[in-house]
Amino acid sequence: MRKRRDVRQAVAGYASVTVHFDPDQATVDSLGAAIKRLAATRPKVEVPGRLHRIPVVYDGEDLEDVTRSLNLSREELIATHTRPIYRVFLVGFVPGWAYLGPLPEELYLPRRKVPRMQVPPGSVAIAGRQTGIYPLPTPGGWHLIGRTSVKLFLPDSDPPCLFRTGDRVKFFAA
Amino acid sequence: MTAVFSVVEPGLLTTVQDLGRPGAIASGVPQAGAMDRFAHAAANLLVGNDRNQATLECTLSGPGLLALRPCLVAITGADLGAEVNGRAAPMWTGIFMAAGGRLSFAGRRSAARAYVAVSGGFDGERWLGSRSTYLLVSRGGMHGRGLKAGDELHLAADHSAPAVAGRQLARAMVPDYADHTLAVIAGPHLRRLDVTSRKALFGETFKVSAQADRMGYRLEGPPLVLSGDELLSFGLAAGSIQVVNSGQTILLMADHQTAGGYAVVATVVSASLPVAAQLGPGDEFRFRSVTEVQARSMRLELSAALASLASP
Repeated sequence: MRKRRDVRQAVAGYASVTVHFDPDQATVDSLGAAIKRLAATRPKVEVPGRLHRIPVVYDGEDLEDVTRSLNLSREELIATHTRPIYRVFLVGFVPGWAYLGPLPEELYLPRRKVPRMQVPPGSVAIAGRQTGIYPLPTPGGWHLIGRTSVKLFLPDSDPPCLFRTGDRVKFFAA
Repeated sequence: MTAVFSVVEPGLLTTVQDLGRPGAIASGVPQAGAMDRFAHAAANLLVGNDRNQATLECTLSGPGLLALRPCLVAITGADLGAEVNGRAAPMWTGIFMAAGGRLSFAGRRSAARAYVAVSGGFDGERWLGSRSTYLLVSRGGMHGRGLKAGDELHLAADHSAPAVAGRQLARAMVPDYADHTLAVIAGPHLRRLDVTSRKALFGETFKVSAQADRMGYRLEGPPLVLSGDELLSFGLAAGSIQVVNSGQTILLMADHQTAGGYAVVATVVSASLPVAAQLGPGDEFRFRSVTEVQARSMRLELSAALASLASP
């Protein structure tokens, strides 16, 4: 997609691709047909993405509430959250944010009823089947279980984000 | 570096903007750039710049600027009561200012965002290839923030195309910002709305709430009823109309979030985004459903208006 002159940007999601195109050069129909052809011919062998090891201090503001709701000890929660190698499914929302998953089923929790107005950057959080790291002080409705010193938004790099779609992420307790 | 203006008063929010950074959306960075891309491009062309030079986007109240050298400027977009040396200044045309001249704004008469271009273009910090100010991460333009009193604005280029004053956009080509109708095409999740909600979306009046900025506008209007499971997050574009679970609608603008999980029921077409950019808190408007073909012809009309200015 990125090689096409009529395509400006393509953003891969969980089950979607959002294509930003130049309407002076393509129509929805012409591009749609090309995308369907491409989807049908994608390579069967997937190249594994880069692996990031992320240290986490598990002392998040919601940690107690989360362990109580999930009926887990702190140690069990840490062991469960650090067990999988997560996949970066989608980079977006705000600069540096990445949706990671899938989360082990034992950790499923709906979002907080009342989102926080401002989440400290570096917060490691879970919600639904997903986990992620807040890169910026933004509002947020996920449960904060820890924090990391790794910077996800890299304003002086290009691309300005540590994670790319398809990368793999392994957390460990620091 | 040639200083061209000093900022006497900053106005409510005046930012340096060009056409944005289209290359980083996959990293979560929106294209950003001028909210009203037509007025921005027209202002540039009126002073002999190319369309992507940086202009000043002035929100609701304009700045007070002191010219430090003779220059050619153009003011487009919202009518915020532009004055040069205390006298009403014409809009949508190139005007010369002498060193020591003052550009100021007496007050908002209509629409929300005025653009000021100067021949040679405004300089500003580049981030990811663009001088656009992106307030969320404090990057681009004037240190990633709005102008402050005492700031000095510089020219990006000393030698631009020969500056000709009096170049003018034909009256018939000036956008009708008072027509608060936004053309939209169907979004990916339109079918999740029930029939009543679909009728409400395309028939009833919406209002821009007080929560409206360069990222997007929270709208007040008929609550829309969605059906279906929660969506997996996906990529978003400027103009997307999201419906959140409470039935409230949000219109995403230039500095929009690049991904989200709320249903997108319709998308404002690019030719209507300038009108959307000119809505302020409290303004009422309607959505009108158009086809992709109609959206294209609206876009061509705007391109033709700009092309009429591009000739030497």
